[in-house]
Amino acid sequence: MHFMTALEIMISASLLSAAPLIFTALGGVFSERSGVVNIGLEGLMIMGAFISIVFNLTFSHALGAWTPWIAVLVAMLVGGLFALIHAAASISFRADQTVSGVAINFLALGVAMFLIKNIYGKGQTNTISEYFQQVDVPGLSHIPGIGKLFFQGITYPSYIAILIAILVWFILYKTPFGLRLRSVGEHPMAADTMGINVVKMRYFAVFLSGVFGGIGGAVYAQSITLNFSSSTISGQGYMALAAMIFGKWNPLGAMWAALFFGFAQSLSIVGNSIPYLKEIPNVYLLIAPYVLTILALAGFIGRAEAPKADGVPYIKGER
Amino acid sequence: MDYVIEMLHIRKEFPGIVANDDITLQVKKGEIHALLGENGAGKSTLMNVLFGLYQPEKGEIRVNGQKVNITDPNVANDLGIGMVHQHFMLIDKFTVTENIILGKEPKKSVTIDVKKAEQQVREISDRYGLDVDPQAKISDISVGMQQRVEILKTLYRGAEILIFDEPTAVLTPQEIHELIGIMKTLIREGKSIILITHKLKEIMEVCDRVTVIRKGKGIGTLNVQDTNPQELAHLMVGRDVLFKTEKTEGHPGQNVLEIEQLHVKDSRGVEAVRGLDLTVRAGEIVGIAGVDGNGQSELIEAITGLRKADSGTVRLNGKNITNLRPRKVTEAGVAHIPEDRHKYGLVLDYTIGENMVLQTYYKKPMSRNGILNYKEIYKKAKSIIAEFDVRTPREFTKARALSGGNQQKAIIGREVDRDPDLLIAAQPTRGLDVGAIEFIHRRLIEQRDHGKAVLLVSFELDEIMNLSDRIAVIYEGAIIDIVDPKQTTEQELGLLMAGSKKEREGEQTNV
Amino acid sequence: MSNRTLNLLIPVVSVILGLLAGALIMLVSGYNPVNGYIALWNGAFGQVFYVGETLRLATPYIFAGLAIAFAFRTGLFNIGAEGQLIVGWIAAVWVGVAFDLPKVIHLPLAILAACCAGAFWGFIPGLLKARLRVHEVIVTIMMNYIALHTSNYLIRNVLSKQQDTTPHIHHSASLSSPFFQKITDFSTLHNGIYLALVAVVVMWFIIEKTTLGFELKSVGFNQSASEYAGMSVNRSIILSMVISGAFAGLGGAMEGLGNYGFAFLQSSFSGIGFDGIAVALLGGNTAPGVLIAAVLFGALKVGSLNMPVDANVPNELVNIVIALIILFVASGYIIKWSLARLKREAK
Repeated sequence: MHFMTALEIMISASLLSAAPLIFTALGGVFSERSGVVNIGLEGLMIMGAFISIVFNLTFSHALGAWTPWIAVLVAMLVGGLFALIHAAASISFRADQTVSGVAINFLALGVAMFLIKNIYGKGQTNTISEYFQQVDVPGLSHIPGIGKLFFQGITYPSYIAILIAILVWFILYKTPFGLRLRSVGEHPMAADTMGINVVKMRYFAVFLSGVFGGIGGAVYAQSITLNFSSSTISGQGYMALAAMIFGKWNPLGAMWAALFFGFAQSLSIVGNSIPYLKEIPNVYLLIAPYVLTILALAGFIGRAEAPKADGVPYIKGER
Repeated sequence: MDYVIEMLHIRKEFPGIVANDDITLQVKKGEIHALLGENGAGKSTLMNVLFGLYQPEKGEIRVNGQKVNITDPNVANDLGIGMVHQHFMLIDKFTVTENIILGKEPKKSVTIDVKKAEQQVREISDRYGLDVDPQAKISDISVGMQQRVEILKTLYRGAEILIFDEPTAVLTPQEIHELIGIMKTLIREGKSIILITHKLKEIMEVCDRVTVIRKGKGIGTLNVQDTNPQELAHLMVGRDVLFKTEKTEGHPGQNVLEIEQLHVKDSRGVEAVRGLDLTVRAGEIVGIAGVDGNGQSELIEAITGLRKADSGTVRLNGKNITNLRPRKVTEAGVAHIPEDRHKYGLVLDYTIGENMVLQTYYKKPMSRNGILNYKEIYKKAKSIIAEFDVRTPREFTKARALSGGNQQKAIIGREVDRDPDLLIAAQPTRGLDVGAIEFIHRRLIEQRDHGKAVLLVSFELDEIMNLSDRIAVIYEGAIIDIVDPKQTTEQELGLLMAGSKKEREGEQTNV
Repeated sequence: MSNRTLNLLIPVVSVILGLLAGALIMLVSGYNPVNGYIALWNGAFGQVFYVGETLRLATPYIFAGLAIAFAFRTGLFNIGAEGQLIVGWIAAVWVGVAFDLPKVIHLPLAILAACCAGAFWGFIPGLLKARLRVHEVIVTIMMNYIALHTSNYLIRNVLSKQQDTTPHIHHSASLSSPFFQKITDFSTLHNGIYLALVAVVVMWFIIEKTTLGFELKSVGFNQSASEYAGMSVNRSIILSMVISGAFAGLGGAMEGLGNYGFAFLQSSFSGIGFDGIAVALLGGNTAPGVLIAAVLFGALKVGSLNMPVDANVPNELVNIVIALIILFVASGYIIKWSLARLKREAK
């Protein structure tokens, strides 16, 4: 197989795997930058995947090619609302945020599977017919050289994810909202004395993490698995979390990390088609993303610089 | 009467405690009004009510004669009330400008107009003589500049009434002098100032009137020129206060602690201790005077084994203890009263008894072959509690439940009980009331009289001058000079702390 | 209200609230909650067979709960119990299949293998956390997936010849108990339950009575003060994760040597490790608490299998209830916290 062809396959597979991770990692950035640890990203992706597939199966005959996109919008709403549970537990009830996040993951899976069985009577949904197809971008795909590499056989959400990452970076570092959000995560008491409503900020940030996690799950389900079952989301949420840490809580850093992890994930998916990779026992390709994640965290970061007040409930009046 | 602020019959409660009990405070326009009280008397709480961080249960607040309801800091800001906090409310990662404009950012369509913001910051700082670098990150600037940023925050929001909460706690005498100059400039520009403090000298020097608070109650308001420090101290504490602790002549003996050419880096990899030499003898108290950030913390951490020394030696009774692990240093005969008792001194969720054996639990009789003997542990705890007057319901009470003073007494009891050769005390009386302070000072002198070597580190010059047999001034990681407390003045110490060393010929050079 | 009472009340109230919420969900989804819960009860205690199954399921839950509770006491969140359990399972089955020794040696050897495998799987995140300050939550989760894929590979390629399951372990390594089978109408309850009870006592003893426990708790409460007092924080973190992993690995031995007697390919996690988190939380991270909570969860899980049968309710409802119980327990501590503050201010 020609080297370029192999590269094409790798790039499009990487972008495919990375897109959901980018969205979800951005959600994590919002939450943690405001000071709320969010382990529940996995659960938020599950909710996004679940609701998008159900919506898709129910309405695809009516909405046609628009279905996956509208399903994403629905997933945004559902994900955001679901994340409010974590917000309430962590912010208002001062629960241990890691525990609350883990509980959210259980809850999401439980609710999703309960409803799947309730609605469809079985543990796995049918396959959707309208999904994010791998397409050639009109115009850009004809650019000599990079056109074939980067703009053929990709899904639109992949590049939208990158654009959104840049937008989030802009919001976080250039706008008043972003400044205030970061202040709440670094020194909530200082923000409080400047008149910023810490609680409202944090609730909103966690809500956003649900929105983005929902997008991530919806994109994943509607471009990769094309159905929903209990094993649809298996670790992608945690990987997105790792990408966020790897990216030092910076939207662009998280994006690059997610692209890297997407690449690692794609190895096992396309490994069979690429000559050199075919020789490697599948198990190594399967565990590669997880091992790489650990190595990345250990080697590149070590002492990661989380927002100073990350994970610490803000209690007014405590000095 | 032209009162700019009136707080009338304010009552503020927290679960289980009345922090402000029917306090009345009236501030005239253009005056510097002191709010005097011990640690824990309720001064900060009262000002937090004024600033909108707390809501009072009872009472009324008037600004320029109008009744107001200050529900949050934004409202206070709109009314022209600004607060310069004791513990700076600054975000390390942000720049000076970002900290100042936070919450009231000048905008250019959707983004922050950084240029305009910096320009505004420069204008205000020029007008009031507050020298700052708008683009510097907070983590990179000095404590003095950080405080000026705090002041700028209030002025940026158009404050007419400024509340200063214990502003001089972390400043050198020179910086205090500068701050007083800034305050006088502010008054000239038409502002009014409330100064929260427990430092009588400052009140006498700069304030017009003073309101005294004791244990949550207002005691009275006086004109500063009609009173004196003794009277104020009496009002503040409710009885006569000894300003100096009784101390007999010391009889120093052998060298106990010998530090030679010590080099230590701080957490950021910058050298904090640079070639430091120091000796402490048995039976003497050596006080280290210096502005926070000149290497005191790193020095102590290096001696106690909590931080690696890059070069140099630390000897205890001749034995080299450089870079030994903390446990080995303790076993060699060093005891340490840490400067942050909640973070380093105690495990708050353990009982008092368990805390008393934090360094000894692995030895007999506290444990045998890895199994704890709780009977012995609590026996030891009871004896320490009794001897050091630690007020606690029982030895099984969690350390969290004790007051700051009692927690500190317990820590000192634990450290002294081990009969160390060297006792290191870092900020031992920080945040404590007068009674506890007197107790702790007496204990330190007692240890010295029993032949122990005591190394005292404190930012309170009074404490250093009061207790020390010799004062070593630390500046930029080295001992710049050693002076006799009986023959020096605050001014001289202040100059040394800022780096000016007097030459033998009597001339001054800046190091 | 004393601290003790409150510590007991929060989990109890959380369970009640969780069950109520479950009832509400059933109602809203068109099921009959009363029937649902009766089916649940019958499915757990209705017959002696089910009681046996409940206790059998509680056995690895006890180990998983102890593992997580132990790590929690040191301030560590061991979500890796799932992976540690898997490697323990594989190791135990491997020894059970590969050797043929008298029972008095073979069984302890297999158990020891599980213990060591789990300990090793816990050692890695412990080391990374201690030395490099890498957050154990992510590392352990990643290790879970590595364990899953690796064990599948081993089962297929090393422990069997391209099969989906390993051969059965030799009888000399088995925990199965004819006695229990007789009295519980041939449920899968096995001798591992005795080991579990021993483990409960061991954990209690270590935490409450030893200098090691003193250090671990101290580090969990306040790392700075512990370091200050001369304790080795790094050593405590690593030891805690190692012991925690060992407990979880033993849980895997329960499955490999007792419940099944072999290992098989798994497409996703058994869930025992994750449920261990709920067990630990509900048990207040104490050994006796874990014991009670594990039995409760065993009952919930076993009973839930009857819900689709008797009441047409998907058994996933119980997963929702468990998740809500965790949320309620975690949130409930605000009550305790507020009361503690009240006491402190009153001084």
